[in-house]
Amino acid sequence: MRIAIIDTSTTRAAIISDGLREAGLDDLVLIDPAGALARQIEAAQPEVVLINLENPSRDLLEDYFAMSRALARPIAMFVDQSDAEATGAAIDAGVSAYVVDGLSKQRIKPVIDLAVRRFQAFSRLQRELDEAKNALAERAVIDKAKTILMKRRQVDEPAAYALLRGQAMRSNRRISEIAEAIVTSEALMGDME
Amino acid sequence: MTDRFRIGFLPLVDAALPILAHEMGFAAREGVEIELVRDMTWATVRDRLLYGHTDAAHMIAPLAIATTLGRDRPPVPLAVPFVLGLNGNAVTFSTGLADEVGLGNALGDPTETGAALRAIAAARKAADKPLRFGVVHRYSSHNYMLRYWLAGVGIQPDVDVEIVVTSPPFAADALAAGEVDGICVGEPWNSIAVDRGVGHIALATAQIWRRGVEKVLAMRAAILDERRDTVEALVRALHAAAAHFVEPGAVETSAEILARPEYLDAPRDAVLRAITDRIRLAPGGEPMHYPDFMFQYREAANFPWRSQAAWLYSQMVRWDFMAFDPAQAAAAGDVFRPDVYRSALAGSGAPLPGASSKLEGGLDEPIGAGSTQGRLTLGSDRFFDGRAFDPDDIEAYLAELP
Repeated sequence: MRIAIIDTSTTRAAIISDGLREAGLDDLVLIDPAGALARQIEAAQPEVVLINLENPSRDLLEDYFAMSRALARPIAMFVDQSDAEATGAAIDAGVSAYVVDGLSKQRIKPVIDLAVRRFQAFSRLQRELDEAKNALAERAVIDKAKTILMKRRQVDEPAAYALLRGQAMRSNRRISEIAEAIVTSEALMGDME
Repeated sequence: MTDRFRIGFLPLVDAALPILAHEMGFAAREGVEIELVRDMTWATVRDRLLYGHTDAAHMIAPLAIATTLGRDRPPVPLAVPFVLGLNGNAVTFSTGLADEVGLGNALGDPTETGAALRAIAAARKAADKPLRFGVVHRYSSHNYMLRYWLAGVGIQPDVDVEIVVTSPPFAADALAAGEVDGICVGEPWNSIAVDRGVGHIALATAQIWRRGVEKVLAMRAAILDERRDTVEALVRALHAAAAHFVEPGAVETSAEILARPEYLDAPRDAVLRAITDRIRLAPGGEPMHYPDFMFQYREAANFPWRSQAAWLYSQMVRWDFMAFDPAQAAAAGDVFRPDVYRSALAGSGAPLPGASSKLEGGLDEPIGAGSTQGRLTLGSDRFFDGRAFDPDDIEAYLAELP
């Protein structure tokens, strides 16, 4: 079964194709999202097209499928009304799919399920990456605030950190918020004595 | 059951009513909370609606009918209790094509512009470089209006010119990149093409059909049945938003709100021009006034006439090369729900038409129309070629079309 993958994120496309390959589905075609979609699909002749739900080319693609049906190449949107839960999960995950008309549900379902899991894994990875980036940014702000306190109050680093933490606990805020306030006020009023 | 309504929309000026109903408190006044969900393609708006991510959607009217009839996918019955507006779209040529056609700084006459275009289309086809137009969706009023005009001036769509799909936010880009020679899209995307110096507005779609149905509020028919009271409250909120939208004193604020990043994310000035019917046709030109470019409220514009749905079905038969089917025609008409509109606005003073269907394109002059509540006047609703559409005889109408 040939599966085409169209995704605005090349990383996610790679994650999906790896997953499909591991599951033994190795007849894959990665479509270049920047290239001419219709021509690439025409050449690939896939039976299943996996595409991210928010892909900006979906209206164009559906028009192409409708047109190609007129050319006796039946492709229909994957919607099985009897399996609303699975479809809902796909939409939640941000997956959309088109399949050649008549392909049996038993053959399609594992592909969609796998794509959903891979999309979710990608979202999780992205979330972790965002959190890591935020943590790094927070660390930098805290370091800056410590330096300011050390200079202004003539204390060493552990004492500066203790000041930050104490203020955070008393005001029920996060250390990074206190640090940010200090850095901001230093930027505004650091030259006033 | 909460009274919250998640409403999907695309960044277009005619998404104004649900946005303003939310922002200006009309929804809250009716006890409804609106949450707006923005997307970039109609396919995604439709999918979110079908799978319960949203409860209702700002939608191109033909797509609501195509979804109900199961064109290209299993059918899901949708219901339209409220029309979000008439017209408001334009046909914009690339500046190159505009020069060839000889467009000036006035809106062209559909017949004359069409004749000039026909000669160019023939030459381009002979040179194996056929003209290509972009429309926002296969099942859009834009596609049907453009095709109606082209066929009416002797240019056969799909044969003499190519028609491709480009979603609204990318239409100006497609024109700029030379992928298409013209676009038929809603605002502010025509104005953005003009302001970027890549487009010249040739026609307002209102010149093709003076009172053409455009976006609708669509929802699953099952949702309408389950939440009938809330839907009626929502209809009242949208109707109040429509009355507010056409107040001259409200346009500045409306433009301000619509232009925001979470809604249209577009230049405020382009939005303001659209909602005040002032259209800049060519790059660097002065905006000109074209009355009723957008039509959001007067003449019971929000009333879902079954005959409007029937006209869209007739064009679906025409351009999908389907056989006319009386059962499908009836199912298409049933998508529009004047009964819900009437019961929602009963006792409000809003004009309520007595009929649910009318001859489309039959009026030259404004005329008083039968109403069960309020006074209703209908203005000229002509098609550019003077044909009229009788919803009770679709087959005869189709047989006469070019």
